[in-house]
Amino acid sequence: MRGRVSRGTILAFIGPAVVGLAAVGIAPLLYALWTSLHFFNLTKLRRVEFIGLENYGTVLTDPVFWQALGRTMTLLGIALPLQIGLGLGIALILHQPGLTLLKTLARLSLVLPMATTYAVVGLLGQVMFNQKFGVVNQLMGGADINWIGDPTNAFVMIVFWDVWQWTPFVALVLLAGLTMVPGEIEEAARLETSNWWKVLRHVQLPFLVPGLVAVLILRTADTLKLFDMVFTLTRGGPGSATEFISLMIQRVGFRAFDQGLASAQAIILLIITIVLAQIYIRVFYREV
Amino acid sequence: MAAPRTRPLYGQAILLIAIMLLCVFPFYWMVTTSLKTHVVALEAPPVWFFEPTLANYREALFEDGVFRSLLNSLIIAICTTALALVLGVPAAFALARFEFRGKKDLWFWFITNRMISPIVLALPFFLIARNLDLLDKHITLILIYLTFNLPIVIWIVTDQFRGVPYDLDEAARLEGASQWTIMARICLPLAMPGVAVSAIFAFIFSWNELMFGLVLTRTNAKTAPAMAVSFMEGYNLPYGKIMATSTLIVIPVLIFALLASKQLVRGLTMGAVK
Repeated sequence: MRGRVSRGTILAFIGPAVVGLAAVGIAPLLYALWTSLHFFNLTKLRRVEFIGLENYGTVLTDPVFWQALGRTMTLLGIALPLQIGLGLGIALILHQPGLTLLKTLARLSLVLPMATTYAVVGLLGQVMFNQKFGVVNQLMGGADINWIGDPTNAFVMIVFWDVWQWTPFVALVLLAGLTMVPGEIEEAARLETSNWWKVLRHVQLPFLVPGLVAVLILRTADTLKLFDMVFTLTRGGPGSATEFISLMIQRVGFRAFDQGLASAQAIILLIITIVLAQIYIRVFYREV
Repeated sequence: MAAPRTRPLYGQAILLIAIMLLCVFPFYWMVTTSLKTHVVALEAPPVWFFEPTLANYREALFEDGVFRSLLNSLIIAICTTALALVLGVPAAFALARFEFRGKKDLWFWFITNRMISPIVLALPFFLIARNLDLLDKHITLILIYLTFNLPIVIWIVTDQFRGVPYDLDEAARLEGASQWTIMARICLPLAMPGVAVSAIFAFIFSWNELMFGLVLTRTNAKTAPAMAVSFMEGYNLPYGKIMATSTLIVIPVLIFALLASKQLVRGLTMGAVK
């Protein structure tokens, strides 16, 4: 069907991009793999030596690694249901007829949080959640809550910002799903029942499933990536209360200078990511 | 009939306004704090009404080097976006128009790049850049930002090229046009909206990025987010200045995001959600 094109032409079109991306996206990974097989400490560079899989052994038996991974999953487990619940609520409101102008404005304001520089979200957190001069304590009726210095509160604060920043994303994804429901089917269902939950459950939900799966996978990947906002807000602290997986790897590699160990952790994280990406592509790009 | 229909509308309106307030309030607080003097910013409890001053902006921009870091961010974001377009547009054309083996693997690779945690690349890139004397240089960030910009450009533009009718190619080929001419003269002008949106995405992602900037730059090529974070040292934090810098960082991305708001969800999901 498509015209025959010589292999040379194809290469000329696609080659530069592939070479470019391989140079910055694959070569470093191979180097990380090499590093992960060595004792490689930035403060003891004279002593770089091959130690096989020892770093991997250390990582896999290291409670700190598993705790950081567990903490990351806890964050996901708390934030994602909130994002889906609130996001679905917002999507359902926006999907209702009427108040067009207000809804357009609401949709535009939803765009703002998810475009905001993550680092700025963290800085905003510092200012707004400050125990003494913070507006959050003021709005809570002059409460005297130590948000940043207390392990549990710091975690709650991270959940708050993650929910603030990404609920709009979930809402807009689900809204896109709701608009896919054929109008006549939805109307027919509404004539049958005035119960919105039944309409959601039996008519709209099938159209929401692809969006929900996308949200589930992408939010998982993004939580594994989460660094900027937490780094600027708590640096993983207090103690290790908010040290999620990417922060832990950064600390091991750049603050404890153990590049070998950090690389092993990074490779393990990469493997988790590849599995996630596989699932994503299997679900969404079957036709490619 | 009219009465029961208007009541839920009130409820709806209140909820919508609440949603907007929640979305916008942090920005309001950021901007107002940036207009407070150091003394006012440290008042407890915080004050809502005060005499605004631009002193924080003046100090941050011209005394603390924020101007330069914004310029660095701008240079880096524009160059990496341009490079991603130059490399990505022909690749997108090939993906949309040619059949070849390994197409699926390429897709998979792009999606994986979207999901990889930047720390995974930051570790080896730091060591490589150190060995090649590339630390604290703009080019380093320009190149490494391709890891997320190139996939997003290729994805969006491929989709756009697919929407250009194939008949046009056919007609041009009968006239003897080469594939390059077909792309440049026929398909590209029609795919411009997609190219523009992908450029906005690449710009936003690069502008917002912190970790690589933190790890790979010191002073010369320091990006604006890294600069903002460096104010966070010490005890008496200059909140007004930090918020002024934050405002300067955030305003351009918010404008771009609003411009591309219709495509934002598509872009963020790599097209899985239309």
